[in-house]
Amino acid sequence: MAKHETPLLDQLESGPWPSFVSDLKQEAESRAKNEKNMEYQIPVDAVDDLLGVLELSYKHGRTHWKHGGIVGVFGYGGGVIGRYCDQPEMFPGVAHFHTMRVNQPAGKFYTTEYLNNLCDLWEFRGSGITNMHGSTGDIILIGTETRQLEEVFYELTHTYNQDLGGSGSNLRTPADCIGQARCEYACYDTQAICHELTQEYQDELHRPAFPYKFKFKFDGCPNCCVASIARSDMSYIGTWRDEIRIDAEAVKGYVGGEIPSNAGAHSGRDWGPFDIQKEVIDLCPTGCMIYENDELKINNKECTRCMHCINVMPRALRIGNDRGCSILVGAKAPILDGAQMGSLLVPFIKVEEPYDEIKEVIENVWDWWMEEGKNRERLGELIKRQGFQKLLEMTNIKAVPQHVQEPRSNPYIFWREDEVEGGWERDVVEYRKHHQR
Amino acid sequence: MDIEESKKIIVEKLTKKSKTKSKFYLKDFYKMIPDEKPRAVKNLVNQMVKEEILEYWSSGSTTMIGLKGVGKQASAEDEA
Repeated sequence: MAKHETPLLDQLESGPWPSFVSDLKQEAESRAKNEKNMEYQIPVDAVDDLLGVLELSYKHGRTHWKHGGIVGVFGYGGGVIGRYCDQPEMFPGVAHFHTMRVNQPAGKFYTTEYLNNLCDLWEFRGSGITNMHGSTGDIILIGTETRQLEEVFYELTHTYNQDLGGSGSNLRTPADCIGQARCEYACYDTQAICHELTQEYQDELHRPAFPYKFKFKFDGCPNCCVASIARSDMSYIGTWRDEIRIDAEAVKGYVGGEIPSNAGAHSGRDWGPFDIQKEVIDLCPTGCMIYENDELKINNKECTRCMHCINVMPRALRIGNDRGCSILVGAKAPILDGAQMGSLLVPFIKVEEPYDEIKEVIENVWDWWMEEGKNRERLGELIKRQGFQKLLEMTNIKAVPQHVQEPRSNPYIFWREDEVEGGWERDVVEYRKHHQR
Repeated sequence: MDIEESKKIIVEKLTKKSKTKSKFYLKDFYKMIPDEKPRAVKNLVNQMVKEEILEYWSSGSTTMIGLKGVGKQASAEDEA
């Protein structure tokens, strides 16, 4: 028997998709049964009370959570987000219900044993509810009391070799795609650089360093599986400088129907025979491909690495061999200003250990933002306020055509007077001799 | 500037403002020590937290810093 009636939440379970409400009810029941005979360190009915407070919020149309205060464990200035219920008498199980962010391993590789242990730890010292993974990429452990924070941290660091992630005005936990471990599209080792920068910038990750949050994300290719271009202040997207490799025989295999397109991803329905013209050539955003006389040709200079052709015919087309990444800056979600996608700062850079060139770009950007950024101003907003040209100056990066989306649409690159022969001054009298007013 | 002197200035300025304001953005500290680079001030402020002269307060998205024990305390966030 549920502790609280939840008719509004029950309705959410009636849809076609798996519901978090069902998950919560399952967890509430499991805690009540306690088949593992655990000595729960926070109230056993915490999940029941969570369902209750959520139902009340739906009924009232407003939240019953307060947040703030606690930042982390001793020595840390991030990783814990304080949460308190504003109806503690009604829902004592969630009166204090803090969130812990745990730095996920690069590429999110786990053993089953590790996940079992982590869940057992959180059943024991927390609510048992996890979010794998939060939008930051972290393992999110939802709901525990203040006195459990140090205990959980000790276990995480000493038994599971795991650290807390970032929150507040810190560097947030760097996140990456699965990369070269499993994906043939990856143009660089996303896990290696994600791990390296996580280690290099431990101080920024664990203690507030900036005017606001700062996020790195690493995508191995322009498919952008971690959506770095939309979600991170500094986005690293794998790319190549040379040509898409074409296997002419495999192209014929696709055209002849021997190889399923999109690696068979759309095989649940009969879409008819594969039409290379309609499904690949006509969909190329730059029109840089042609298929004639049974031959596929690509004008690589025009290619913008949209990945569509490679996704459709992965056995016939492969990423180039001269690989690296592009660095984009300034993406953000709409909190203060509107949402922004990243702007291209470095068109191509090799991604090689010890990543000194990349670290130089990062630190130049940080120095500028720390100096000039207003309180709670994201990097993207500073770029908008002071101009992209200023960013180029501060990072010692020369303006290049790739910085301009198209002629005259984002003309943020201006000449300075000392760069123009003759400067801005002119002799008007001399000019008037040859030109009437 | 001497580290001890910088710490003294920070404590003095925060104490002076403590009647009206108890929590400050990191950027506010840059203005207190204008001759130092922001990164040096950041390191000093974090050091002062470690020494328990200052303390953090975070909303989850933004972190603020104040004199330890001044203003609303993290442990009292659940109180009205």
